[in-house]
Amino acid sequence: MMTTSLRLRAGLVSLVLLAAFLGIWHLATRSTAQVTTMSPEYAKLMGLTATQGKSAMPGPLDVGAKLWEHLKRPFYDNGPNDKGLGIQLGYSIARVGTGYLLAVLVAIPLGFLIGMSPLLSKALDPFIQVLKPISPLAWMPLALYTIKDSSISAIFVIFICSIWPMLLNTVFGVATVRKEWINVARTLEVGTVRRAFTVILPAAAPTILTGMRISIGIAWLVIVAAEMLVGGTGIGYFVWNEWNNLSITNVIIAILLIGIVGMLLDQILARFTRMVTFPE
Amino acid sequence: MADKFISIEGIAKRYPGAGGATTTIFENLWLSMARGEFCCVIGHSGCGKTTVLNILAGLDAPSEGAVIVDGQAISGTSLDRAVIFQSHALLPWRTVLGNVAYAVSSKWRSWDRAKVRAHAQKFIDLVGLSGAEHKRPSELSGGMKQRVGIARALSITPKMMLMDEPFSALDALTRGTLQDEVRRICLETGQTAFMITHDVDEAIYLADKIFLMTNGPGAVLAEVVENPLPRDRGRTDLHRHPLYYALRNHIIDFLVTRSKTFTTEKPDHDPRNVPTVQIGKPGLSIASDAKPEAPRETSWPGLSRPSTSS
Ligand SMILES: Nc1ncnc2c1ncn2[C@@H]1O[C@H](COP(=O)(O)OP(=O)(O)O)[C@@H](O)[C@H]1O
Ligand SMILES: [Mg+2]
Repeated sequence: MMTTSLRLRAGLVSLVLLAAFLGIWHLATRSTAQVTTMSPEYAKLMGLTATQGKSAMPGPLDVGAKLWEHLKRPFYDNGPNDKGLGIQLGYSIARVGTGYLLAVLVAIPLGFLIGMSPLLSKALDPFIQVLKPISPLAWMPLALYTIKDSSISAIFVIFICSIWPMLLNTVFGVATVRKEWINVARTLEVGTVRRAFTVILPAAAPTILTGMRISIGIAWLVIVAAEMLVGGTGIGYFVWNEWNNLSITNVIIAILLIGIVGMLLDQILARFTRMVTFPE
Repeated sequence: MADKFISIEGIAKRYPGAGGATTTIFENLWLSMARGEFCCVIGHSGCGKTTVLNILAGLDAPSEGAVIVDGQAISGTSLDRAVIFQSHALLPWRTVLGNVAYAVSSKWRSWDRAKVRAHAQKFIDLVGLSGAEHKRPSELSGGMKQRVGIARALSITPKMMLMDEPFSALDALTRGTLQDEVRRICLETGQTAFMITHDVDEAIYLADKIFLMTNGPGAVLAEVVENPLPRDRGRTDLHRHPLYYALRNHIIDFLVTRSKTFTTEKPDHDPRNVPTVQIGKPGLSIASDAKPEAPRETSWPGLSRPSTSS
């Protein structure tokens, strides 16, 4: 009762805030029909923006109309510089997915080994400490030089940036499994492999999933920047291309979609995390 | 002592201390238990009781000496020696049935699911948890959790049970009920049991033999006290037994004063031949104030039924 009314009121406030934001945006960007005096050459150069008082910033109605156009045909393909937003997002998601899955396949088994072995943990620590703080984009030239394929280089950058949170969380989760649970397995003469799957994995799963959730967030942040660099396809490339076309409307739409996809990816991982979390 | 089912032979435990020195928790510790015997260990915190239990379980290795179980020196843990942990140590992501079944399937790897479940269910019923099989540990009270721990330990039909203060985290009422259960089960199944406790009355109610340990570091096993109460004893009339107070006072005296001074007062103590104290038997002097109440022997025989009230 209390919670539903709270949720209802919070939803109402959200709607009011959204309406206020759209209203202010609309007012701030509408045409003011006031012609400023300037030299004719300059006015020609500036186009409608300056000559008719039209703001360079599109209003919410322009963005809405354009968004509707995009949503009606998300998957059209008119050559390299004109593809539907669905296709561009699809490229980005595919790159993130591939790089991220590769990182999962490496980080979780490796994290298990490191977490279970104090020797490996100590031996690999200096490498991890140095590699972890490197900006993933710093790897890009090296990747382009060695791999010689821009798309795979982008995947590599996603791999590199999403591996660290998962690796470190797996190591931490595995190394800090409660001693008494390990002792239960030991008194039952459970072998190492079965112990890893029946005790350590479920005990460390919430920590591992938390690392995976951080990783997917970082991967989605990085893919936009990486695609701006390598070009060709993807939502990051789309943003850069539309900026070069001076289509701020499309840039705003892309920003909105990047946010929504990022949120969905985070929600998916949050749901997985809830599934493996156990109350104590 | 003809039957030495479990024999701890001269074990020591040392840890590296500050500045390169070694700290000896205990050394040259000898003790033995017969099959089917219920033994309790009493001693102050930090004297090394948990360490001894962990060595018996195989979770910890002694720095010196050996532990012989059923004629064989142990190395590591074994399904023959079940441990009931103080903190119950249930796997929180598994249900009650899942926790017990995990132990069952660890012991009998070739059993199919149905057989494992049926076997686990039998032990869940035994500890009185029928109906709670599908609950998770977080939904159980402390007493119920410890029951699951007991069911899990019993389900692998071990040769002995090792219990490290299993009831110390429970309220008095639950503790009493569980003591009754453990006593009943151990008597019925002829379990050999080794239990650490802080509770003198718990030791008197459950034990056949009580090991008294002096304070650490350098703790020694000072005495083995034989419980003079009949095996067939009831919780409610325990204190009416003529030797109850003598036994209780002997243990409390030890804990209050002698555990501190024992090593200095008895320099000729032989750890290989620890004196066995038989309360009330001729040859042993008990302080005259050890019997504050007139013995009410007459009330004893009729009340000698194990109490199973819950
Ligand atoms: N890993 C360890 N390193 C150093 N000292 C330890 C370690 N584990 C236990 N001890 C010491 O051993 C002694 C005995 O511990 P323990 O067996 O837990 O005692 P108890 O169960 O009788 O309270 C304690 O003084 C404790 O500080
Ligand atoms: Mg202890």
